[in-house]
Amino acid sequence: MSQKLEEENPAEETGEEKQDTQEKEGILPERAEEAKLKAKYPSLGQKPGGSDFLMKRLQKGQKYFDSGDYNMAKAKMKNKQLPSAGPDKNLVTGDHIPTPQDLPQRKSSLVTSKLAG
Amino acid sequence: MAGAGGGGCPAGNDFQWCFSQVKGAVDEDVAEADIISTVEFNYSGDLLATGDKGGRVVIFQREQENKIRPHSRGEYNVYSTFQSHEPEFDYLKSLEIEEKINKIRWLPQQNAAHFLLSTNDDLRINLWHLEITDRSFNIVDIKPANMEELTEVITAAEFHPHQCNVLVYSSSKGTIRLCDMRSSALCDRHSKFFEEPEDPSSRSFFSEIISSISDVKFSHSGRYMMTRDYLSVKVWDLNMESRPVETHQVHEYLRSKLCSLYENDCIFDKFECCWNGSDSAVMTGSYNNFFRMFDRSTRRDVTLEASRESSKPRASLKPRKVCAGGKRKKDEISVDSLDFNKKILHTAWHPVDNVIAVAATNNLYIFQDKAN
Repeated sequence: MSQKLEEENPAEETGEEKQDTQEKEGILPERAEEAKLKAKYPSLGQKPGGSDFLMKRLQKGQKYFDSGDYNMAKAKMKNKQLPSAGPDKNLVTGDHIPTPQDLPQRKSSLVTSKLAG
Repeated sequence: MAGAGGGGCPAGNDFQWCFSQVKGAVDEDVAEADIISTVEFNYSGDLLATGDKGGRVVIFQREQENKIRPHSRGEYNVYSTFQSHEPEFDYLKSLEIEEKINKIRWLPQQNAAHFLLSTNDDLRINLWHLEITDRSFNIVDIKPANMEELTEVITAAEFHPHQCNVLVYSSSKGTIRLCDMRSSALCDRHSKFFEEPEDPSSRSFFSEIISSISDVKFSHSGRYMMTRDYLSVKVWDLNMESRPVETHQVHEYLRSKLCSLYENDCIFDKFECCWNGSDSAVMTGSYNNFFRMFDRSTRRDVTLEASRESSKPRASLKPRKVCAGGKRKKDEISVDSLDFNKKILHTAWHPVDNVIAVAATNNLYIFQDKAN
């Protein structure tokens, strides 16, 4: 038996009509989801855009270790403990200075890819 | 053997996709380095390359007709593998340089194009001459003078397949700009601007995020381009900037899950898309190791799954169906049962034959149409 491509919406004529119907139905779920999110995070801004948001996406969770900042902080703190990155190691702000110990080890894969195995 | 139909029929696209091969380990714990980050056939389809997050490249070659092992014809076997990139640390900027392979592009045999676009930068596109490696031309620069004015970033870019002076780049706001390098050296001014009008009354917190384009691909003909945003695939006619000519819903049922998908970051997943050789069908990935194909002429679509369970030689793939709500039928899977860690972000379609390569995290699946 030949397997034809499955018709998911046989009643729909064109792609555009299908899209219109779904968009009208889609307004409510998307708004409901927005309400859910704002209920969980009341301090969330009106829209996610903006430079802070985009810059955070640009960083992609990379950690920055600046030896200048680190040594300055060490000198200031003297005998006190340095502030560590804390439980959320991906969050780097002015107060958190990643220490060499917080950064993951960077080394190349010396092992051959398992795709070639 | 096969009854009617099959991909040999020129009138339609009634494919019967079958498992061909799977590469990679069956580990439960997947190492970050083993995650496949790009898949690409070369121009003839005889070579297939993968890149991974560990900076390694594996090249497979298609076996030719072999009388001794007749079933091996069409199989892809390892041709070469090497470590392409290694992790680096830029001490001046205190920046890690990722070794992940973002994209592989094969050079055409005739090598008519001597240039290569590098588009990993979110704010700039540079043009490199293949023989000049110490500098490049900057052709697009959207970095604002003050980074606090940043509202949009470049998400993908591609050269036109035939007009080597034309390129497109997409943005995080769901727009596409077409630039002609002949009109000016710095292409900050676009020749064409593609954007679908939005109904302002339906705007939500998620609108901009889900409109962000994760991939843009020209059709082989060069007449169309396809964009992938979070929930859909859109086909654009290069002569019409006002709206796409086709919209294909990939997984519309996720619209009512956007809150969770934002919280677990899945809403930022970057899915790619691809055309078949004749531009009559398009394919893109989804979650739960599902991938979707859309036939542009018949308007039919199918959901298939890349899984070890359906990996018996030449076994036909059974279409899958997600139950969005209401009563779940026997073979359907409910939205809440989908595994969002099993994402198919990268797929490739052989330039001529009905052979596809699908990357499922650390495994590479190859499927063929039964008629092949």
